[in-house]
Amino acid sequence: MTTLFDYLLRCGDTDLILSHRLSQWVGHAPAIEEELAIGNTALDLLGQAQLWLNLAAAIANDGRDVDQLAYLRDAGQYRNVLLVEQPNGDFAHTLTRQFFFDSFHYLQLGELSKSKHSGVAAIAAKSIKEVSYHLRRSRDWVITLGDGSDESHRRMVAAVENLWSYTGELFEMDQIDDELLSAGIGADLSGLRKPWLREVSGTLAAAALDVPQNDWAQRGGKRGVHTEHLGFLLAEMQFLQRAYPNATW
Amino acid sequence: MQEWPLWEVFIRSSNGLAHRHVGSLHAADAEMAICNARDVYTRRNEGVSIWVVRSSDIAASSPGDKALLFEPANSKVYRHPTFYEVPDEVGHM
Repeated sequence: MTTLFDYLLRCGDTDLILSHRLSQWVGHAPAIEEELAIGNTALDLLGQAQLWLNLAAAIANDGRDVDQLAYLRDAGQYRNVLLVEQPNGDFAHTLTRQFFFDSFHYLQLGELSKSKHSGVAAIAAKSIKEVSYHLRRSRDWVITLGDGSDESHRRMVAAVENLWSYTGELFEMDQIDDELLSAGIGADLSGLRKPWLREVSGTLAAAALDVPQNDWAQRGGKRGVHTEHLGFLLAEMQFLQRAYPNATW
Repeated sequence: MQEWPLWEVFIRSSNGLAHRHVGSLHAADAEMAICNARDVYTRRNEGVSIWVVRSSDIAASSPGDKALLFEPANSKVYRHPTFYEVPDEVGHM
């Protein structure tokens, strides 16, 4: 069932790419406490990616295992949303990206935990506990930085501005989404936009930040059309398997 | 981040036990301190409850007062309940 395979790749790849982005902070975070917190989130997402891609590998049943899916596909075969492949930028940028994603992720997993597919429902139910915490943390940070010093506020304004056009893709339904929704397996993403906007508006208001009014959206990640950033990320992430095929440790 | 205050972290490892001091960390406010404590000190399933308190809010005895505070108790063996026969029926105390 190749639509389900694609659907699982979207879930798994989005987690995997964001996990890798966050892991790039390790060694560079502004405080040891933040370093551990970001590292924990990265590891949570890596674990979730592993679950999704494992299931995807089982569905495809074409001899590829979870590691091959993660390390031996090229950018065009990745199905993650564009938001998560955006560069880390500064701390405000990273936390804004995280908040936009966490608030969506939480709603998405809530829907998927009701999936008729027992594997999908189980992964979502397990992941949502981790994501509840991710959301609490990124929401707190958005408020702290937005309503903080002039400098942190300025950086948050820039981050919200910069990332907003990548949020529309989260709620877009294409043929694959429609098909799996009517099969009772997938989530109604367009229906999540309203509760997401409520969460985001409330938090941005508490952070003394404006909700951008521009609805124009960058799109393409879900069907393999990525920004130029993904190739560089994969070059780093996949280096070892590409240079030393089948290396293990 | 240098100006973040220091917090002391107390974790209760399971129901029925007391909170125990595990260490300290920096955070801007109490909520962030609890989040950070969760991320720094409960990564390996160590706790069921977290307390944080600003280090500056802890009043501590001075090391110089050691003799005055604690030594008088040394010579008062009668304060230890070792002169009682514990009946067998009581079991472990």
